Amino acid sequence: MSTVEAWLRRAWSHDLAWSFRRSPVAIIAALLTLICVGSALFAPWLAPHNPFDSASLNLSDGFAPPAWTQGGKAAYLLGTDDQGRDVLSAIMYGARISLGVGVAAVLFSMALGVGLGLASGYVGGTLDAFIMRVADIQLSFPAILIALLIDGVARVALPREAHDEIAIYVLILAIGVSGWVQYARTVRGSTLVERHKEYVEAARVIGRSPAAIMLRHVLPNVMGPVLVIATIHIATAIITEATLSFLGVGVPPTRPSLGTLIRVGNDFLLSGEWWITLFPGAALVVLVLSVNLLGDWLRDALNPKLR
Amino acid sequence: MTFKRSFTAAIAAAVATLAIATVPGHAATLRWAAQNDLLTMDPHSQNHSTTHSLLQHVYEGLTRYTKDFQVEPCLATSWEQISATHWRFHLRKGVKFHDGSPFTADDVVFSFGRIKQPQGTNQIYISTVKEMKKIDDYTVDAILSGPDPVMLRLLVDFRIMSKPWSVKNKSENIQDYKVREETFASRHANGTGPYVLKLWEPDKRVVFAASPVWWDKISGNVTDVIYTPIKADATRVSALLAGDVDLVTDLPTQDVTRLRGDPKVKVLDGHEVRTIFIGMDQHNAELLYSNVKGKNPFKDVRVRKALNLAVDRDAIKRVTMRGLSIPAAIMVAPGVHGHSNELDRVAPMDVEGAKKLLAEAGYPNGFEFGLDCPNNRYVNDEEICQALVGMWGRVGLKVKLNAQPMASFIAKIQKFDHSTYMLGWGVATFDALFSLQSLLHTKTAGADGSFNLGRVSDPKLDALIDASKTEMDAKKRDSLLRDALVLTRDNYYYVPLHHQLRPWAMKKNVSTVHKADDRPEARYARVD
Repeated sequence: MSTVEAWLRRAWSHDLAWSFRRSPVAIIAALLTLICVGSALFAPWLAPHNPFDSASLNLSDGFAPPAWTQGGKAAYLLGTDDQGRDVLSAIMYGARISLGVGVAAVLFSMALGVGLGLASGYVGGTLDAFIMRVADIQLSFPAILIALLIDGVARVALPREAHDEIAIYVLILAIGVSGWVQYARTVRGSTLVERHKEYVEAARVIGRSPAAIMLRHVLPNVMGPVLVIATIHIATAIITEATLSFLGVGVPPTRPSLGTLIRVGNDFLLSGEWWITLFPGAALVVLVLSVNLLGDWLRDALNPKLR
Repeated sequence: MTFKRSFTAAIAAAVATLAIATVPGHAATLRWAAQNDLLTMDPHSQNHSTTHSLLQHVYEGLTRYTKDFQVEPCLATSWEQISATHWRFHLRKGVKFHDGSPFTADDVVFSFGRIKQPQGTNQIYISTVKEMKKIDDYTVDAILSGPDPVMLRLLVDFRIMSKPWSVKNKSENIQDYKVREETFASRHANGTGPYVLKLWEPDKRVVFAASPVWWDKISGNVTDVIYTPIKADATRVSALLAGDVDLVTDLPTQDVTRLRGDPKVKVLDGHEVRTIFIGMDQHNAELLYSNVKGKNPFKDVRVRKALNLAVDRDAIKRVTMRGLSIPAAIMVAPGVHGHSNELDRVAPMDVEGAKKLLAEAGYPNGFEFGLDCPNNRYVNDEEICQALVGMWGRVGLKVKLNAQPMASFIAKIQKFDHSTYMLGWGVATFDALFSLQSLLHTKTAGADGSFNLGRVSDPKLDALIDASKTEMDAKKRDSLLRDALVLTRDNYYYVPLHHQLRPWAMKKNVSTVHKADDRPEARYARVD
């Protein structure tokens, strides 16, 4: 008990926590993120309906407007879509997919980028030149184009029947691969600084293997900036996923993410059913904005020059 | 100098305005937008709705339809039946193709030989004609393989090409569309019809101008037609609202209400003779894509009836189709010969009844099956299928939906690789036989059962269909068609969903005749 208490006390007085307490923007952003993540994670228990159980859908309830407008039904707070799916529930389930894909893609990017960056910075020479030139080439394409390319190739290479099941993994791979360069460059830069420091040379002198030095000694010292990039990258990845799904190459429509919901609703925007696309869009904005603000705060808090 | 020039210009403009004002309604341009481009200019190549609807402006057949789909003379002025299988057509004299060459019996015989070529897909329109014989320059005889009460209707879409023009331009053969072959005739057109093809830029526009040598008169005032294919629904509707086009077909259902309320636009209502339905595999011993092993539930009429009862056609009409459908109980639409409101009465949805029937049939907990569906062919096709998954889900049936573009969808279901599928059937001849023969006759390699993809086979039904093919007594034939439609309905061989309504939208100053084949004809249109 006392150890937990001591840990909490230490955390509370930590620099980061101190700066967090001092920043109202960060607190609001964290709260919003928590609400978004919480309602996404616990959607099966929190959502008023299960939008993907087709037997529970009632077509007669289709196109119901939000509850507070004329003709709205109390059971559907944010209205229903063309199939009678509850928009609020669809957003909660959709945010699950969006967040899941975003986080998984960032972890994948991070693992790839940090690994390549470490190797590039620590080993140097031809390997460094090669990895950095590949990174340069990739930087000359927009990330969305690379994601589209990977997705397109996967679609052709894999049998049609398998598409729906693996679509999400292809999406994670596509977004992940398109984002590794930032991590690799940052980690390489830090590694170049760290590799000549005494503790690294000491480790080398006592005969530790290069892999162990990179992972056990250099890595913990270069992770700070990586965490900042990762937080902001989550927001970007969610947007990329939404863009791909909006273009119709993302997750299958049977398991819609926020981007898919926006695309479906887009067809009805001009005919008066604005709620089908507006609310998923608003949810996406809130989610991405709050994650971004958190990332900004983290960057400032970890930057000694701004203190 | 500048003053003088602009003064002259003003005078000229005033005179021009006056000229237009004194000869009201002359020389109008109709700008028409729809979803798809035509596939080819070759009138014998592709049996495709958009292609036919554009080519009918340039090419004509021996017969044509009036506004209300009665047969009237076109390139043939009259005909007589020498025997049940021997018809004589008297051709119109003095008709010229757009290149100036005269129209004669040789062109009919040549076109008959051409449309039969296997690389085309329009043989259905002459399928009962065994031979076309030239008697003299303006008389041809058609020898049939058997009596055919709807031949004059089929001949409407058998379009006549000029023999000398085709020979000169090495287009005696239909292009091989499958290997993307292009011929002179697939890019150029030379018919006898009311409009001359001026320009075709694929996927961009088609331009027609009134033919100076047409034998008939256009009843409207449209002398120029510019057709623009616009794929995206919202863009097509915006083009009309912005005034960039005069007429829009293939209206998205969600925009119709908005268009009705727009003061710049009017909506012309009308139905299409197309019925949307679900087919069920009734042939395989074991149902594909199902958890039922060793038998096929759809062979049991109670299961088929349960599927019918579980569908809420009114909800589909109200929500998915936004009122733009007529719920269907039989397999042909209003306007088709053989349809009657008394037969086409839909039983109300009955969830409990459907559950009871399933339990009686031995599936108290329902079962699984697949539903194949196109997603770019019929009005809101995928949305309807999604709604069906829910409706059947409520009676315990677990349906796995597979919606894909028409091209891959049709290839899959033509291999019978399905347990149920959605299809829509339009009736080119406006006669129920066309549907019964294609959808319900026991499957054969030919026209009989050509789209009977659930492989329904009922000897009684076959007998009725075969008899109505050759029965020339109108009363007897009507009762045959009626019996066949009732037999189909009461055995639940299909799940009819609805007949499509296809409104057209146009600017207030445009008027035209809505046609149930969903093919606008510029010769009826007026732009004031």
